[in-house]
Amino acid sequence: MSPVGGDAPVHVTLRGITRVYPAQAAQPPVHALGPIDLDLRQGEFFAVVGPSGCGKSTLLDVIAGLAVASAGDARFEGQAIDGSVPDGIGVVFQEDSSFPWLTVHDNIAFGLRELGRPADVVQAKVKYALDFMGLADFAQAYPAQLSGGMRQRVCIARTLVLEPRLILLDEPFGALDQQTRLLMGDELLRLWRETGATILLITHALDEATMLADRVGVMSARPGRFLEIVTTGWPRERDSTIVADPRFGGLTSRIWTLLRGESLRALGHTGVRR
Amino acid sequence: MKARDTLILVAVVLVAWQLLYWAVGSIAFRSPAETVRSAAVLLADPRFMPHVRESMLAFAEAFAIAVLIGLSIGVTLGASRLASEVAEPILVALYSIPKVTLYPVILLVFGIGMPAKVAFGAIHGIVPISIFALNAIRNINPVYLRTGQVLRLSPWAAARKILIPAALPEIVTGIRAGFCLTLIGTLLGEMFGAQRGLGHLLMQAMTRHNMDSIMALTLLLVVFAATVNGLLLALDHRLHRRV
Repeated sequence: MSPVGGDAPVHVTLRGITRVYPAQAAQPPVHALGPIDLDLRQGEFFAVVGPSGCGKSTLLDVIAGLAVASAGDARFEGQAIDGSVPDGIGVVFQEDSSFPWLTVHDNIAFGLRELGRPADVVQAKVKYALDFMGLADFAQAYPAQLSGGMRQRVCIARTLVLEPRLILLDEPFGALDQQTRLLMGDELLRLWRETGATILLITHALDEATMLADRVGVMSARPGRFLEIVTTGWPRERDSTIVADPRFGGLTSRIWTLLRGESLRALGHTGVRR
Repeated sequence: MKARDTLILVAVVLVAWQLLYWAVGSIAFRSPAETVRSAAVLLADPRFMPHVRESMLAFAEAFAIAVLIGLSIGVTLGASRLASEVAEPILVALYSIPKVTLYPVILLVFGIGMPAKVAFGAIHGIVPISIFALNAIRNINPVYLRTGQVLRLSPWAAARKILIPAALPEIVTGIRAGFCLTLIGTLLGEMFGAQRGLGHLLMQAMTRHNMDSIMALTLLLVVFAATVNGLLLALDHRLHRRV
């Protein structure tokens, strides 16, 4: 494995991470994931693609401390992740998780207030996040009044204000239309550059992975393992216009070639048999 | 806009009432004007107010008990998936029993008077409030709770800051349903086992075929129920608008 920016310190270490769901009633145990070995470098943008049901989200849950690995060692900044969410990790889910009973402003301020930050600090950070995500005009709106893309921005802003050092995104743009997704991708790149955070993005959109990430981990059908980790070699300053780069098509088709057989296998396992 | 709709609705009801009166005649029915007059007579009668107080007190106690017990049952069961899946059909089945069949039991336990009507009112409200609360808790979007974990909230903070606000709109809808049913239950309780209260007056008027009193009492009860329900509905809308 030759990570981009090999000089940066290792931020997340996964060794032999495996997840097996125990046997239930008539069902045998399900081997969902792994073993996975991975090093994420500080400040790296890493994307994970894989066929549906391959355990991508489980992998994210393990790193986030939302799920415990059945075997293996997971470390964030050298500390073992042991089933509770470590300080310094932010997660954005695929579903809209903005709180409908709070205004956009209060949604974004939620985490800071829970930490007991002084009101003026909360105010300043929320204002910055509102401006950064283009939500300033909607500060007093409720999520129900916003589009899906705007709500996802609220969720990203709510994570952003806590200044996480590692941001995990589980198909955050999966429910959005193609144009909105490209634009959100640009914003994610901007956020990544400005914060210097390490990002792990799970996505099913290959072009999204190729466009955004320094490295793309291609996973096999269940139980998910890394088939290969593709290095994109993009400059740190980049945006969605990179899709016009002559290398873009080659990288995307390389990932698809790796993934195609696995996706067929995944379909054969779950969809075709009746 | 809202006020105008309400006025239109009241006007339509009044016109329909008057038309019905013309169709049915004065033996079985009273006109709106006559009803308002008898209601004014009732309200002016010094013997009337103690009955109102009695009923309102009984209702307030019954409603408080229904909300307290209903929410306790609903929230406790709703917190466990298994418990809520087992309990929900049982609660619904219980609710389809005509409550009047339980009345002899309640009379034997509480005797004639205040406690019996309070109990009878409360049993009407407990089940719907608990069913709504149970479903409110059970149907909370799990991603809200996961967000609570990611924001490293303590279980207590997650309950207070996420669970309760997320469930509140449905809970208020249940309380609104419980309000109407508890009022019906309390009045029914007064009709069959009490010597005081609006239900008792209603029963007396019915046995004497005193149409003026029946209509006047009904009008006053409708006005009361519609007013409180309107307030609860406004709260309900405010909470639901955000979802």
